[in-house]
Amino acid sequence: MKYIDEYRDKALAEKIAREIDRSSTGPLSFMEVCGGHTMAVRKFGIPSLLPDRIRLLSGPGCPVCVSSNRFIDRSVALSRRDDVIITSFGDLIRVPGSSSSLEKEKAKGADIRVVYSVLDALRVAKDNPLKRIVFLGIGFETTAPTSAAAIRKAFEQKMNNFFLLSAHKIMPPAMEALADEGVKLNGYIAPGHVSTITGTGIYKNIPEKYGLGCVISGFEPVDLLQSIYMLVKQCEENNPKVEIQYKRAVKEDGNRKALQLLQEVFVLADDWWRGLGVLKNSGLQLRETYEQFNAFTMIDVDVEETKEPKGCICGEILKGLKNPKDCKLFSAVCNPSLPVGACMVSNEGACNAWYRYNR
Amino acid sequence: MCLSVPAKVLSIDGDMARVAVGETICNASLQIVDDIRVGDYILLHTGFALQKISEEEAMETLRLFKELEDLDKRMDQEEGRPGV
Ligand code: SF4
Repeated sequence: MKYIDEYRDKALAEKIAREIDRSSTGPLSFMEVCGGHTMAVRKFGIPSLLPDRIRLLSGPGCPVCVSSNRFIDRSVALSRRDDVIITSFGDLIRVPGSSSSLEKEKAKGADIRVVYSVLDALRVAKDNPLKRIVFLGIGFETTAPTSAAAIRKAFEQKMNNFFLLSAHKIMPPAMEALADEGVKLNGYIAPGHVSTITGTGIYKNIPEKYGLGCVISGFEPVDLLQSIYMLVKQCEENNPKVEIQYKRAVKEDGNRKALQLLQEVFVLADDWWRGLGVLKNSGLQLRETYEQFNAFTMIDVDVEETKEPKGCICGEILKGLKNPKDCKLFSAVCNPSLPVGACMVSNEGACNAWYRYNR
Repeated sequence: MCLSVPAKVLSIDGDMARVAVGETICNASLQIVDDIRVGDYILLHTGFALQKISEEEAMETLRLFKELEDLDKRMDQEEGRPGV
């Protein structure tokens, strides 16, 4: 398939891997902060192509994984109202909350619909004028513009039964928080599709303030290996900077139209991340103009007290401090058919990816 | 869900397009992109086109790899090993 096959060329991948081996001297750790990368790294067995002195870590890049139990609990509470239909991306409904999950509520009869796109949620709202349709908005700068586009549509069409429960987040505060905490890193494999929207500007601080390079990477084996090669070179030359490997999809100034839409619809707010806690100005909430679509304020529910799953070390894993095999529950107790924590639910979660490709 | 895939634009009607992901045909909203034409490749993410994929850049990136390959050959030769 175009733009996929060329970047899966095995001989080329091996070539770059050898180049990485040849040009790196000391031990180096690079972190990816994108669920798509977590999955691709494991699926293509990238670590096995690299010399032992180069380590790859997974960071807080899976939207489902970093979302809070509080968010799940609120969604569960909303789903118990007779006048509400919940619309959600598939992964999210399986995440265990404090005492229930959306999947369990659905089995008990709640109207919860898995959608592929926020546009499907708008359609559900049109088809059910007497119900209140809540879309669970998760995801980073990649997905947030799609929610923003839906809010604009709902606004223009004067819809009064569509609501967004936003857990949308932006990436840089998490990348800086990890560096602030002193997680041992030599550079970031920066998220490709987030950067498609944002461009390179959002990472400026990371080389400047923390001395860590950021290479924006594509998702095929050749992309990932070339990005690692570029990071190795930056390290060897002691020249951390922001570079784009994924040039076919990322422009320096990003996607202006999407950024304008984000700006128009959302405002930055403090938000909670699994593993990292509350990060200042890291979340996206609806601006006052769009308050009528805000599920947090427009639909009243009692939310139960938050409890975290016992024994789950998702938080440590999302910080790159531990890997899934360090968790005592991994595999035997916690697996994709019976997930204990969020990192095992999502395809893009580190525990899930390790379970599938690295057991 | 973060995943985005390359898709070819087959037809455009207002702010919606029909696109092909390999053999599969689906809809894509063009609400958050500018200047998309039939025949372009886009990145498709949860039903939205995120960005046009640049053909030139895709070729250029692969060309860089080729250069890397040539460099590798030269280094192999300098080191007295046969190029692969
Ligand atoms: S294996 Fe399961 S319980 Fe352990 S950290 Fe991962 S998600 Fe949590």
